[in-house]
Amino acid sequence: MLSLIVFLPLAAALALVLAPRLGDTAARWSWVAVAGVDLALVVAVWWQYETPAEEQLAFEQRAEWIPGVNSSYHIGVDGLSLPLIAMTAVIFLACAVYALRDTNRPRLQSALFLFLQSVSMGLFVSADLILFFVFFDLSIVAMYFVIAGWGHGDAARSALKFFLYTFLGSLALLVGFIGLYIAADPHTFDMVELSEQTPLAGSSLAGGLVLAAILIGLAVKTPTVPFHTWLPPAHTDAPAVGSAVLAGVLLKMGTYGFVRIAMPMLPDAWRAWAWVVIVVGIVSVIYGALVALAQTDLKRMIAYTSVNHMGYIALAVGAAGLVAGDTAEARSIAVTGAVTQMVSHGLITGALFLLAGVLHDRANSYDMDAYGGLAAPAPRFAALFALGAFASLGLPGFSGFIAEFQIFTGSIAAAPATAIAVVGILITAALFLRSLQRIFTGHTRGKSTGFGDLHPAELWSVGSLLLLSVLIGVFPRPLLDVIEPASEVLIDLVGR
Amino acid sequence: MTHTLTEAALWLLVLLPAVVGAALALSRLERAAAVVSLVTATLTAVLALIVAFGRPEMSVPFMAGSDFALGVDALSALVVPMVAVVTLLVVVFAAGEIRESQGRFHGLMLLFAAAALVTATAQSLPALLFSWEVMGATSFALIGFWWRDDQRVSAGVTAFVTTRTADVGMYVAAGAAVAGGSGLALADLAGSSASWRHVIAAGLLVAALGKAAQLPFSFWLSRAMEGPSPVSALLHSAAMVAMGGYLLLRVEPLLAATGWAAGAAAWVGAATALLLGTVAVAQRDLKQLLAASTSAQLGFVVMAAGLGTVSGGAAHLLAHASTKALLFLAAGAWLTALGPKRLAGLRGVARRWRLLGVTATAGALSLAGIAPLALWATKDAVLAAALEESPLLYAVGLAAAALSAAYAGKILMVVWRPVPLDEQAEVEGHHDEEQQGTRHIGPLEQAPLVVLALGALVLGALALPPVGDTVARTMAEEPLHPAPLELAVSALIALAVVGSVWWRRRVPEPRWALGWLGLEHITHVVVVRPTVRIAERLARFDDQVLDRAVTRSATGALTAARGMAAFDDTVVDGSVEAVSRSSLSAAERSARGDNRWLDGTVERVASWTRGLGRLARRPQTGQLHQYYIQAVAVLAIGVLLLLTVR
Repeated sequence: MLSLIVFLPLAAALALVLAPRLGDTAARWSWVAVAGVDLALVVAVWWQYETPAEEQLAFEQRAEWIPGVNSSYHIGVDGLSLPLIAMTAVIFLACAVYALRDTNRPRLQSALFLFLQSVSMGLFVSADLILFFVFFDLSIVAMYFVIAGWGHGDAARSALKFFLYTFLGSLALLVGFIGLYIAADPHTFDMVELSEQTPLAGSSLAGGLVLAAILIGLAVKTPTVPFHTWLPPAHTDAPAVGSAVLAGVLLKMGTYGFVRIAMPMLPDAWRAWAWVVIVVGIVSVIYGALVALAQTDLKRMIAYTSVNHMGYIALAVGAAGLVAGDTAEARSIAVTGAVTQMVSHGLITGALFLLAGVLHDRANSYDMDAYGGLAAPAPRFAALFALGAFASLGLPGFSGFIAEFQIFTGSIAAAPATAIAVVGILITAALFLRSLQRIFTGHTRGKSTGFGDLHPAELWSVGSLLLLSVLIGVFPRPLLDVIEPASEVLIDLVGR
Repeated sequence: MTHTLTEAALWLLVLLPAVVGAALALSRLERAAAVVSLVTATLTAVLALIVAFGRPEMSVPFMAGSDFALGVDALSALVVPMVAVVTLLVVVFAAGEIRESQGRFHGLMLLFAAAALVTATAQSLPALLFSWEVMGATSFALIGFWWRDDQRVSAGVTAFVTTRTADVGMYVAAGAAVAGGSGLALADLAGSSASWRHVIAAGLLVAALGKAAQLPFSFWLSRAMEGPSPVSALLHSAAMVAMGGYLLLRVEPLLAATGWAAGAAAWVGAATALLLGTVAVAQRDLKQLLAASTSAQLGFVVMAAGLGTVSGGAAHLLAHASTKALLFLAAGAWLTALGPKRLAGLRGVARRWRLLGVTATAGALSLAGIAPLALWATKDAVLAAALEESPLLYAVGLAAAALSAAYAGKILMVVWRPVPLDEQAEVEGHHDEEQQGTRHIGPLEQAPLVVLALGALVLGALALPPVGDTVARTMAEEPLHPAPLELAVSALIALAVVGSVWWRRRVPEPRWALGWLGLEHITHVVVVRPTVRIAERLARFDDQVLDRAVTRSATGALTAARGMAAFDDTVVDGSVEAVSRSSLSAAERSARGDNRWLDGTVERVASWTRGLGRLARRPQTGQLHQYYIQAVAVLAIGVLLLLTVR
């Protein structure tokens, strides 16, 4: 079942590439159809999902792949990955719907995105480091072509910067993986076995170095301060759907690595370096929010709020490493919040980037001051943007609140000094309300005149992402019931 | 009434306005929206009465190991109907007043009401924080309802960001509650471990002071007056601001358990009552005056929470809600009809619309603390508790009460005193300053005022025996009776102040109080501007240092690569070339040598061999005699050799 979810989009992508005479409309709709089927399959998996026993995965599949280095095609899901797989499927479907209006080489674009969907799905179900790494790198390659091929502005340069930066990061990650492999006895790349073995548990130096390599690799992809500078140009010049996938799905590959690889496989080193992760998280939260506050370009602003939002995740997983006395419950709350945040940020920021794409589509500018009073000609656009803005600033009723409340509650209880990060929600509140005010209120002026309101494709894609965010915000239990057992297991693993 | 029925009523109470409100806010209904909203608000008010008597409790699992818990106890049994009834009355008023984007307006109002009702019934911190912040967000949207005017939207931003600043305290309190082992249920917070209890109390205190527009957060309420009057009537009298005071009443045991938080609340409340009372006296705009007086009156509620008299605080909350909603609606009606910006444009207005004038007078008299109206009794219930605690606190409270008589007297003087003929032109000159007046006040605008005026007249009973005693006992408190002397003193002070304002026709308007103590300016200078400046610096740092460092190291890598390429071309490749050249020439040389020497030798050997072969072929003639001669010769040579060697 999982393999089908992973490779169905790839098969469709190949079919699209091999059918050069397929019409544009057919290509676009087949993308929507395949993404829809993939989402349906994920829903079916969620429906049948039962929390697996500790150290095990649900829907596990294993086949021989590279026996020489003990690397196998090993996939499966648990409470950490299932929500991300579902989120990925949703975002790709939303992008497929949004792109229905796109006229720029739709067949190739659909193929590329389907390929990227396969890669993303594959990463989140991987239970083998080599498999993980292959998907990790392929995601970078695919996104490079998305930005370079369908971007605007200085797309080639931004794409190259994105590629080189994140590719270098992935090399650091590879070094860390090889370190784990060498330290393991017997040597293996299997994630489940590595989590059981916890190689390098005894040696703090080697463990620290391997963790450092992995952390740098993940920090570039996440990204956290100071490795974030590839993000704003990549987002600014990427097409709307590319930005949505980049922010919604690709950034999560970094944060997912924290909870899937770094924490369970290197618990000793993680505990030893927890404060570093916390500090990086807090700096990312406040720095990202402040820099976002100073932006005049909407897309850059949203990009920096991503740095802020990813900072909350780093903060929470760092706090989870502060093993002490009776804080296990608090730390588990923090990890649950972090995973919720991954899902929530995907939905909300995905929606915001799609909305930002509307600005480019209609008036070819992301400069907030070029607009004003846009609510008059585009009331639906204004309403959805306002909802997205409030969702992103962590307003209760949206998924962001569920995530951030748990992150703060758990982190503050585990480490009171982390309370300083709460300032982040204040600055994001100010910056989103300011951007709302700049673009949408006041007298209609500048590029707002004659601005066309949302088309159905835009309305449905963005609307459904926000609707999901509201559903999670109001009824969080179905999601938390999946995540919470996995967080508790993770806290046990880190505490070993 | 069965248990499950009241539970269902509680669910409906919060879900009905929430769902209908969300639907209306996204719809484009106009007139129909008002009707839907009226029906919803009426049903909500009925449900509120049902739960007030049924006292249901319920909870569903939510997050962080805590429930989304709602319940109605003695305190919320008073506050929930208050919120629902004032909502209904304001919606009736707004049905006559708001003529554009009615779907959005009524939707947001209902959403807000739902949030306020959840706040009033919340039993756990997640549920409380949930509704607490939704109230803030809807208030942003309602204050900035007329979004074409930039300054109104800015006012909404100020309100939301300021109250959210205070809300940070509630997030911290939640973390502290988990750390302190008490869990997130509001009733258990006081049982937290001692050190964390301080953090929880401090966090909740800050959050409540922010919402209640107490010092130093009061300024947002001034800006909030940019919103439509019905918004002020609901948000800034019966809900939102009132919820700040309500929260402190709700967690009064926690405040008392810390040893300092209760005292802090009492003094902040008293200081706000005094200072914002002065601000109110100094205002020249009716809505600004009412806003400042809201802060001041909430000061009494906050004081009550600090002094441990929950019943007194709750009574004051209700009496104030009724009184202030009435006055805000009256102000709104006058504003719509005449459009003045300043009080000067309202001179004698009570004589023009009599019913409105009379009801507003009831409100103003209650606000002034004239016996036996509502606020007179409820305020004295709080002051009696203050006297038990500290005479100084009592004195401050009494001074604040005198100030409320002064600003209420100012309203009365302005709206009732006949305008001399020679000044009428000046008054009319102030009309239509703010907006074009309609010169019309309809029945929908007037009916709610009558109900509210009734409240302003009789709600004082909540603080007086016998009703007051019952209320106190349901809250497990010993009834506190203000001494007759205290009641008389405060009533006399109120009368004296109102009388003096009336006869002297003016009140002192201290300049320092006119601008709300400069609080907003100070916040801008101390917090907002530095933050924005830091943000800009950091953004520059990000572009010019961090990003450039990355670009530079990439360029550096490129330069290094070029250098290496050159090195590769000249040195590595050069040496390879040199090696290959030399090996080529060596090869050539060896090839030549090969030709000359090796090959030559081989050739020569071959030709020698050929020659030898030819030579060897010669003797083989096939003729016997020649073989014999050869054999003889060889033999002879052999013999010769043999002989010589031996």
